[in-house]
Amino acid sequence: MSYQGFRSLLPKKDLYSFLVLALILVVVLPLSLDIFRLNLVGKYLTYAFVAVGLVLCWGYGGILSLGQGVFFGLGGYAMAMFLKLEASDPESTKIQSTPGIPDFMDWNQITELPFFWEPFYSFGFTLLAIILLPTILGYIIGVAMFKRRVGGVYFAIITQALAAILTILIIGQQGYTGGVNGMTDLRTLHGWDIRTDNAKYVFYFVCVFLLFVCLFIAQFIRKSKLGRLLVAMRDKEDRVRFSGYDVSNFKIFVFCVGAIFAAIGGAMFTLQVGFMSPTLVGIVPSIEMVIFCAVGGRLSIIGAVYGALLVNFAKTSFSESFPELWLFAMGGLFIAVVMAFPNGLAGLYNTYAAPKVDAFFAKLFGKTPVSHSSPPTPLPSKPTNTKTESVTLPQGVVHEQ
Amino acid sequence: MFAEYSSSELLSIFAMQGVAGLILFSVFVLMALGLAIIFGQMGVINMAHGEFMILGAYVTYLTSHVFSTYLPDFFSIYFILAMILAFIAAAALGALVEWAMIRHLYHRPLDTLLATWGLSLILQQTYRTVFGPREVGVTLPDWLMGSYQLTESIELPINGLFVMCLALGISLAVALLMYRSRWGTQVRAVVQNRPMAGAVGINTGKVDRVTFALGCGIAGVAGSAFTMIGSTGPTSGQLYIVDTFLVVVFGGASSLLGTIASAFSISQAQSTMEFFMSGSMSKVLTLLFVVLILMLRPQGLFTLKVRR
Amino acid sequence: MNKTLLSSFHVSPRTQGAGMKTWKKCLLTLAASLVFGNAQAADVNTTGLAVTDTTVKVGILHSVTGTMSISETGSVQAEKLAIDQINAMGGVLGRKIEYIQEDGASDWPTFAEKSKKLLVNDKVAAVFGCWTSASRKAVLPIFEQYNGMLYYPTFYEGLEQSPNVIYTGQEATQQIIAGIDWVTKTKGAKSFYLLGSDYIWPRTSNKIARKHIEKLGLSVVGEEYYPLGHTQFNSVINKIKLKKPDVIYAIVVGGSNVAFYKQLKAAGIDMTKEKPLVLTISVTEDEILGIGGENMVGAYAAMKYFQSLPNENNKKFVADFKAKYGKDIVIGDVTQAAYLGPWLWKAAVEKAGSFDIDKVRAASPGIELTTAPEGYVKVHPNHHLWSKTRIGHARTDGQYDVVFETKDLIEPDPFPKGYQ
Repeated sequence: MSYQGFRSLLPKKDLYSFLVLALILVVVLPLSLDIFRLNLVGKYLTYAFVAVGLVLCWGYGGILSLGQGVFFGLGGYAMAMFLKLEASDPESTKIQSTPGIPDFMDWNQITELPFFWEPFYSFGFTLLAIILLPTILGYIIGVAMFKRRVGGVYFAIITQALAAILTILIIGQQGYTGGVNGMTDLRTLHGWDIRTDNAKYVFYFVCVFLLFVCLFIAQFIRKSKLGRLLVAMRDKEDRVRFSGYDVSNFKIFVFCVGAIFAAIGGAMFTLQVGFMSPTLVGIVPSIEMVIFCAVGGRLSIIGAVYGALLVNFAKTSFSESFPELWLFAMGGLFIAVVMAFPNGLAGLYNTYAAPKVDAFFAKLFGKTPVSHSSPPTPLPSKPTNTKTESVTLPQGVVHEQ
Repeated sequence: MFAEYSSSELLSIFAMQGVAGLILFSVFVLMALGLAIIFGQMGVINMAHGEFMILGAYVTYLTSHVFSTYLPDFFSIYFILAMILAFIAAAALGALVEWAMIRHLYHRPLDTLLATWGLSLILQQTYRTVFGPREVGVTLPDWLMGSYQLTESIELPINGLFVMCLALGISLAVALLMYRSRWGTQVRAVVQNRPMAGAVGINTGKVDRVTFALGCGIAGVAGSAFTMIGSTGPTSGQLYIVDTFLVVVFGGASSLLGTIASAFSISQAQSTMEFFMSGSMSKVLTLLFVVLILMLRPQGLFTLKVRR
Repeated sequence: MNKTLLSSFHVSPRTQGAGMKTWKKCLLTLAASLVFGNAQAADVNTTGLAVTDTTVKVGILHSVTGTMSISETGSVQAEKLAIDQINAMGGVLGRKIEYIQEDGASDWPTFAEKSKKLLVNDKVAAVFGCWTSASRKAVLPIFEQYNGMLYYPTFYEGLEQSPNVIYTGQEATQQIIAGIDWVTKTKGAKSFYLLGSDYIWPRTSNKIARKHIEKLGLSVVGEEYYPLGHTQFNSVINKIKLKKPDVIYAIVVGGSNVAFYKQLKAAGIDMTKEKPLVLTISVTEDEILGIGGENMVGAYAAMKYFQSLPNENNKKFVADFKAKYGKDIVIGDVTQAAYLGPWLWKAAVEKAGSFDIDKVRAASPGIELTTAPEGYVKVHPNHHLWSKTRIGHARTDGQYDVVFETKDLIEPDPFPKGYQ
């Protein structure tokens, strides 16, 4: 890529925020945290994948999916199936009535490996499945919904129902899926023990690397014409449609991208935590992932990462000292973010901290400050009811509908 | 599977299964009605709907407690009073929430979804702190328990009949309110064209608040009624949410008839399938069936044509 | 589970002679600690656990938030009561127990995270916790990797035997077989309808029940599972009416429980008439609190403990429990099993003369508790407890009358031959 191209993809301001995040994730955290805490950060980062995808879908595309857990689960389960098969070789499952199949199948009187498990012996296929399964499902859902112009609350509820369906299905078909227990006791990846501290370090850095790949893709989409079209669609879908664009195709594309990000997060979750269970598929985690994105700032892909990290840090430390208070805090956070800071941490930063930081750098280098245009439009708002008057937004920006 | 039964046995089973379907239908209507009113009016799904229902259930529990301690003679009628109190409590909380939260978010329906989810977390933890994490048992007056023997082999559960009557009564009351009262005219005017409604002097903010409070109040009554058939605990509200949302979305916005039709079709599908296959599979199939139909007909069963 | 794990159980064969020896050794240690005072922390803790000269840290890991807090609250209360009582008696090896409580939040990954924190960061000497099988499965690899000790209180499906877990509740066969034998012998039951919530414990338990019923030459006329949290049971009740079984064998859990029994009663099935008779293994006194005694009256439950057990140990336990948590509190089977955890751990530590996990594990088989509220229990080499199974008959006030008790202790058999 030419220098010019690079600069247009990553303007100075974005470059700095990428660098700061990289510094924190690659240098500061690994040096300051023990492996237990670092592993936790790795787990939180897997949620950040979902949150980054949500920034694209929701912040830019105006599509709120309350079922991202479905894709997280698909990725996680695909990876778990591969690891489970490796952990259930005939030698270590000798005491079962049918050796060589996963233990939960044996408990459910299944005597041979179901056909759809067979391909998961191959690591290559598993990786392919992690990308392809969510793409296909996302495409089907996308075509069915967006071609028919379903959006807003309808889409949110339908995706939520999908999360419920998948959870009930996984729990009900426990012979094939491990049921409510999930797939536990995953041990090795190609003979390499994934439970050791060394493996945890490796997975952490793999996770950070993949996250940055996703961030770059997201940044590319954001800066491309597609990104601007998404924003235009979000704010006035009909005008984009009347300009001759097929709106639904863009939505389908960005929804699939979000799905793939979520699936990669799920697969990394399985590797770092060592198991996968239906509690990560259902409605509650799906909605929690939306809040990570909202806290970080629904228009900021970097903010989404901070959002996921901070909310989970808060959750862990709160629930260690005041478990009862945690739900109050979480609920309050939902309400506060939505009502008072709709642009999340990124919005707060841009409003309050950014001018000072710029002034500081300007002083340091004796240059004019980088201009801080806030993200394309200050707030995503896609009215589905009949309000057509201009609306005053919390930050005092008048937004002509 | 029916070969080994006599025709009279089959007849009574089908009759009872029909009643089971009707009870499920009534339960769905009660669950969804309050939500549907709010959804129709503001295009907003209230994610704390289940918690408003449980508020009604806890009010019922408290009332039963008060009656059994102080007024044991009147215990048989406490349930009626409890439902009224449940309505008042839930409606009051609803009005408060509308005033403090929802009215600031009308132009951002998706954000309302998130804010009400936050509210539901807070309410859950409040119930847990106040009433303890364990479920509470609500004692019912004797006349609400047991069953009514219609013929030798057909028995009708009395609480089911009660839920049916309640669903019918509330639906009728809401229909009357919507289509025969001045307030209903205002609501419909606001739904169809908010700026015009405002221009002719309707206080749209007030209409919104009353609608929201009414929706929550109905949820409270539903919760009160569900103490007869379900559990009352801090997280019991979660058991109902998916079904409720689907009924409302499936029915289509702004149409009471749609909500009732969708409750009817979902409940009949579910209870019929439950009879022929395992509970888990029938649940999955019902949900899938609803989602598929929604994909084919995204606007729901019935829609009101409005200028957007 | 691989073979090496299994074989580690058979290192110390439990024979009468060895039992005598360890008993003597235990007395000796006790005497020694009386004479010489406290042993140095370094002597009783060679592996760097959180043990000082005066204190020892343990973990309590249950859900206090989320859907499972309904069930797990009782276990937390029982474990804290036991710890308080042990501390009042002078602690373990002269050390006061301090507990670190963590919230699993009804979420299995959170259980895994918290158990790791307890073992790796807090270096606790033992963990009392988990309730659902799913949470136990989630923490199990962590306990095995970091060599911790978990005391798990819930009756569960069996099919597991970890060197790092002591199962203080009953495994499925202990609970099920005695119950089914009792209804067939005493009540002459011939046909059964199996019903459960859709997850591994009910499914495995019903599998064992079905095999046993078929062995006895009787019939299973239906088997049904409903998703967790299901609230509408009218259809299945109609199916039951159609099939007319002698026994409804119900393993419904959580909020569904309440819905099921209320609707059963409303549908005109009066359980006091025992036509059909309802036998459950999932409804303890804790659950009846939510269901309401008047909706449960007449049902039978098969488990190892009921609050109404008339022995002296239990009377004291119930009185202590009520003194600490209020007179309206009820105690279910799992609560009692959770109460056993700290006591069994204390006995094992004192027998081993050390807090080291490996020594405690080696000392655990053969540990006896004569003061258990359920009566006498003993740890089997497979880490489960020998226990009696009782049949309770539900009263209107939410308590059970104990109508039957197995004569002998039942041997735990987590991998029952012929039932898989």
